[in-house]
Parts: sequence; C-alpha cells; structure tokens
Amino acid sequence: MDFRFSDEQVMTADVVRSLLAEVCNSQDLRRLLTSGSTWDEARWKKLSELGLAGILVPEDNGGLGLAPVDLVQVAEACGYRCLPEPLVDIVGIAIPLLAAFADHPEVAPCLEQAIAGEITVAVSHPVNPYVPHASRAAAALIVRDDGLYLVAISPDMLTMQLSADPFRPLHTIARVPATRIASRDEAEAPLRQTLDRGALFTAAQLLGMAQGCVDLAVGYAKERQQFGRPIGSYQAIKHHLASVQVKIEFARPVVYAAAADLPHDDVYSRARISQAKLAASEAADLAAHAAIQIYGAMGYSWEVDVHLYLKRIIALTQAWGGPSFHRERVAARVFEKPLGPETTFARETDRA
Amino acid sequence: MDLIYTEEQNAFRREVRSWLEAHVPRQPLPSFDASREGFEAHRQWERVLNEGRWGMVTWPQRYGGRSLDLIQWLIFEEEYYRAGAPLRVNQNGIFLLGPTLMEYGTPEQKSRFLPKMASGDEIWAQAWSEPQAGSDLAAVRASATRIGEEYVLRGHKIWSSRAVFADWAFGLFRSDPGSERHKGLSLIFFPLNAPGVRIQPIPQIDGETGFAEIFLDDVRVPAFNRLGAEGEGWSICMATAGFERGLMLRSPARFQVTARRLVELFMGCGTDADPAIRAAVLKAWMDAEAYALSIYSTASRLAAGGQIGAEASTNKIFWSEMDIAMHKTALSLLGARAELSRHSPDAVEAGRWLDGYFFSLAGPIYAGSNEIQRNIIAERMLGLPRV
Ligand SMILES: Cc1cc2nc3c(=O)[nH]c(=O)nc-3n(C[C@H](O)[C@H](O)[C@H](O)COP(=O)(O)OP(=O)(O)OC[C@H]3O[C@@H](n4cnc5c(N)ncnc54)[C@H](O)[C@@H]3O)c2cc1C
Repeated sequence: MDFRFSDEQVMTADVVRSLLAEVCNSQDLRRLLTSGSTWDEARWKKLSELGLAGILVPEDNGGLGLAPVDLVQVAEACGYRCLPEPLVDIVGIAIPLLAAFADHPEVAPCLEQAIAGEITVAVSHPVNPYVPHASRAAAALIVRDDGLYLVAISPDMLTMQLSADPFRPLHTIARVPATRIASRDEAEAPLRQTLDRGALFTAAQLLGMAQGCVDLAVGYAKERQQFGRPIGSYQAIKHHLASVQVKIEFARPVVYAAAADLPHDDVYSRARISQAKLAASEAADLAAHAAIQIYGAMGYSWEVDVHLYLKRIIALTQAWGGPSFHRERVAARVFEKPLGPETTFARETDRA
Repeated sequence: MDLIYTEEQNAFRREVRSWLEAHVPRQPLPSFDASREGFEAHRQWERVLNEGRWGMVTWPQRYGGRSLDLIQWLIFEEEYYRAGAPLRVNQNGIFLLGPTLMEYGTPEQKSRFLPKMASGDEIWAQAWSEPQAGSDLAAVRASATRIGEEYVLRGHKIWSSRAVFADWAFGLFRSDPGSERHKGLSLIFFPLNAPGVRIQPIPQIDGETGFAEIFLDDVRVPAFNRLGAEGEGWSICMATAGFERGLMLRSPARFQVTARRLVELFMGCGTDADPAIRAAVLKAWMDAEAYALSIYSTASRLAAGGQIGAEASTNKIFWSEMDIAMHKTALSLLGARAELSRHSPDAVEAGRWLDGYFFSLAGPIYAGSNEIQRNIIAERMLGLPRV
C-alpha cells in the first residue's frame, strides 16, 4: 500500500509541465485565439517529440506498455494549461483503442503511424455525439450498433458544429462506408475500457483546470486593488478560493486512485472512475465560478483566460458521460456491493 | 502507486478483527458525558485496550504501543469502527497530547505521563479556550506565575471537553506577565482535583455536560509539569493543533461507517425516494471514500518522511462539512421521525441520527473554526495577503 507516484512518473509529469509552461502559456493561447486556428502545429510538434503517443500501447505492439497511472498527471498538466490540442484524447483514449485491434490488417499501419506521431485519430463514441478535432485527424474509430469501424476521414463526411470553446472544433461524422474491425461482441470489452479511460483522463484534465482557475484568480487577487488594498486581502475573496481548494484537494486523490484502479475493469474500478469524474467536474465548475467572480467584469470578458477554462469545463463535464451517467455507475457499486471502512481498497475476486 | 494491502497488512487486519470480536462490549456503553458511571465504563474499556496493547498502535512499545506505521493505524481504525467499539474517552490525551509529549517532552515527563495515559488511569482534558480567547487563542489571560520550583495558576478556562470527569488537563497559560499575544505563553499540566480548581459543567446542545468551565484559583503545580521551554507554549500548541485537525482526531473510518448506515437507512426506506435524497446518499459515500483516499495519500507521504502541512486545514473543513451533510440527509429520510429524541418509542436507532446531527454542528467550530481554517488555506497555501 503506497499512494505515492514513482520517480519516473513524477519526472514525466514535470517534463510535460515545463514544456507547457513554455509553449502553452497565456500569450500562446491568445495568439492562437487571434489567429482563428484551433491547433498550433509548432506546439504539437514539440508535444509529439515527447514520445508519449505509445505510452499505453503494449510493448509487443510498439508501445511503452505503461499504465493509466503513468499518464494521469500528464492529463492533469494539460488541463492546468487549458491545452487546445487533444493530446490526452489521442494518447490516452484513441491510440489504446486502436491498439486493442493491432492484429487487424487495416489497423496495424494506422496504429504504427499514430504511435510515430505522423497522424492523429479521432473516436466517435455514442456517449459523445460531437467529435472534437475530427477535421485534423487522418482516421476515425466509429462505434456503430453492430461493432467498431475504422474510416479514413475526408472533409465531405464531416458536418461542423460550433462549440463555445474556441479551441474545440466539433463535427458529426456521416454514416459512410467503413471497415468493420470488430463485431459488437469483440468490441465490447475494449469499448468499455475506452469509456473508462475517457472518463478518467477527462477527470484528470478537469482537476488540472480547477487548479488553473484558482491560480489565475489568486494571481489577480494579489494585484487588483480596491479600497486601497489588494482584493485578495478581503476575507470574502479568501474564503471563496479556500473552499475551491478544499474541493480540489479531495478530488485529486480520487482521480489518482481511479487511475491506479482502472486496469481492474470491474464494478469497483468503474465506480471509482465515475466518482473521480464527478468530483473533478464539481471542483472545476466551482473553480471557474469563483475565478469569474474574483475577476469581476474582467472575468466576464475575453480579456483574461478564465472564459477559455469555463467553456472547456462545460464541455468536459459532459464528455465521456455527464454527471447523471456517472452517478448511476457509482450507484451500481454502492447499492449492490459491500460497504464500510474495510472496503475502500477491497474487491471480490470474481469480476462483476 | 500500489493500492493493494500487503500480506502483512492483511494479517494485521485479521489479528485486529479477531481481538475486537472477542473484546468489544456486546452492549453499547452509557455515554461518557452523561454520568460518572458512563465515564468509568469507558475508562475500563481503555484499560482492556491497553492490556491487549491496542490503545495506540503507533506509539513505541515502551509506552504501551506497537511502533506501527500510519497505514497500520488506519487499518486498526477501520476495524475499530467496523466493530462498533466504544468512543475513546481519552482522545484528548492519546491523539493530541500524546504525540506532542513524544515530540517535546523530557524522558522523565514521557515516563511519568505516557504510560498512565495509555492505560486510561489518567484521562486528559484540553484547557486552552477562555471566555475572551476563542478563535483568537493568543488572547489567553490565565496566568502561570513562577515561584521557585512551582507555578501558581490563576484564571478561567472554558469549553473544556471531558473536564467534568477527567483527571488531568493541559492548559495554555501566560507565564510572562508583561507579554502579549503569541509570546510568553507556556503549556502546563494540572490535575483537575488539585486544590483551587473548580469545575463548572456546561450542558451542551443535547443536554449532556460534554464540556465545562475550569476556574483556577492559585493552583500550585511543579515546574516539571511544563511541556517544552517557558514561553514556547504557542508553537507547541500549534503542533498539537496540527495533529488535531490533521490526521488523528477524525479517522476516515468514522465517516465510512456513517455513510454505510446512511445507505442502509435509505435502502430500508424503499427505493422510491426523492432523487435528490438518493443523490445525497451517493454523495455521502463518495465523500467518505474521498476522505479515506486523501488520508491514505497523506499517510503514505508521512511514512516516507514528509510533514503534515496545510492539509490539516483542508481535512478539517472537509470532514466537518461532510459530517453535517450526511446527518442532514438522514434526517430528510426519517421524515416525521427526524425530531424524535432518544427515548421516544418511535425513534429510529434511539435517535442516533439526531444526536449525530447535533454533534456534527460543532465540527466547524472546535479544533479551530472553519472560518479560521479558510484563512489559513488562503494565506499559507495560496499565498494571499494577510491585510
Ligand atoms: C463541542 C466543543 C468542544 C470543545 N472542546 C474544547 C476543549 O476541549 N478545549 C478547549 O480549549 N476548547 C474547546 N472548545 C472550544 C473551541 O476551541 C472554540 O469554540 C473555538 O476555538 C471557537 O472559539 P469561540 O467559541 O470563542 O468562538 P469565536 O472565536 O467567538 O467565534 C465566533 C464566530 O466568529 C468567527 N470568527 C472568529 N474570528 C474570526 C476571524 N478572524 N475571521 C472570520 N471569522 C471569525 C468564528 O469562526 C465563529 O464562527 C470546544 C468547542 C466545542 C463546540
């Protein structure tokens, strides 16, 4: 029993954090916003060079063979900076799903290119009707009633939807002919795990975004003066921020435990992941509200970054299952399995 | 990160469980705040625990402990609450003063006070608050005047839990008469039956005398009873407060048991309940789990040599607010029976939810009010300016 990250995990997260501080700070976000683009190719190149693409892919399939717990703090760091590019979706969700069908002749080359960082892949899953960043992707994995399909993306099959998040281009994908890579039965387990990874890494990003909002607001509260004092010296402001920080402190270990638990793929791990998604969404929502309030009218404008966080938080709160969906997965554990202090880390050997 | 118990930890759990099964009183003990009889029954239980060397598993062997780590302490607590064992009447001693004594006490003080604390022969009260010194603890006025090898204590302490029946108190006194605020304070122990001590019980919200006023009128104690250097009382108190808010005072198991009872109450009420209540029941379980995970995470860090920091404040806010929410949800489920007190024929679980709700309302007040904790988080964790 040890709740700490390994030195390698801490190091990986630190590398990503410092790269993002360099290439994804407020000026970078602003620059992208004015350019009207949703993807910074120069930044993406640097991120690709980190070699994270195959982190969750088994070594036999050309990956690093690592676990969600090795990536969870990276996802948190991406959320903290409100990273526009979907690094987490690609590395944490799309590529592992491809890897589950690595033996399929059409999947194999696609997986290889994705791991090499040459292409990106999108996932169209029933819980997410609008697919983010599909127009930049070379291929999409599409879940249909009778199985999982792979399709090369061409612009004519995409119908654009407009997200409030300026960095989140959305599309629906037309029902075009595609290659079925797995039947419904074959796809069942990999898709269940995809949903878990989706929820987990979205939770981790939300957790990072919550801290990002707090840190923005703290910075402003130290500088902005009213009545001759920094507004951060007023107790009402302090208490807003302290309440959010409490929420964050008690969401973080849940997200980390969910990452460690994910590979179990049982009713316990699913409940923990859903709990993480709920807790992180709640913290992020509260954090964005507090930040807007503390920035005053500035917070209601495009002048500062808070609105970027708010909009992404609205999106991610629903991505990979919204609160009601996840509450039911928690209910399946709470109302049907043993409860009590000795059950936090316990699980029955029979997988439910 | 490895969230699986080792075989050794599992074996330890089994050992605790079987000992508790054999020793926990079959009938719940009468309240330690309502009568001398209830208090003494709890003292007797402390003796039983101590004889099995289960009083405080993290303490060194020579003081009646087992030198175990914090993860094992958490496992012990889980089993303790699972077994429905009695509340710890000496919690001010074993959870607060004990760790402080081990850090700041002289070897003579440790051997004088710790074994009797562990055995329950001496039960402790905390005497810090005064009528004019609540949140602003540095405003204490009670004085300790040094005369030769003795201190003479004078003053008025208040809200001292268990002081009605306890044996000793650890008090915060102004030992330097000219001093102000945090300076010139000393932490001094005094027997509650010493000449010049008068105890005035205060009925609490539930009618029981869980705390008391302490009037000190020229109470003489040896200088040996001072913990740490003269004038260093404040920093020692803050260390104690860290233990209090941080880990020891409220272990996660307590809330996990409440959450389980709440789920059982909900299921017993039929599943056609208001969806808002159902969501609150699920939230109770999630919050109790979140608290447990967070404490395990802190314990792992401390086991590797880390220090407890501002999480003492975030913990205190989290558990106290969670406790209120869980009890409120239970009262909603009870409907018309919510108001029924203990002896009412229709009272559910002898009014335990209502009693628990009352007590939960004290959580945001004692051990440093939640407003003060929020100030600490804002200033020390987030770095916001003081003025
Ligand atoms: C059940 C219970 C058991 C207790 N047991 C003990 C014990 O064993 N030993 C002991 O010494 N004491 C004990 N206490 C006392 C406890 O420590 C004090 O109640 C606490 O420190 C608050 O002090 P106060 O009650 O005087 O309230 P006050 O300090 O008068 O506070 C009243 C209100 O004002 C708020 N407030 C005060 N200052 C500020 C500020 N700077 N900013 C914002 N808000 C502020 C407080 O948060 C609170 O809401 C106990 C209290 C309770 C309820």
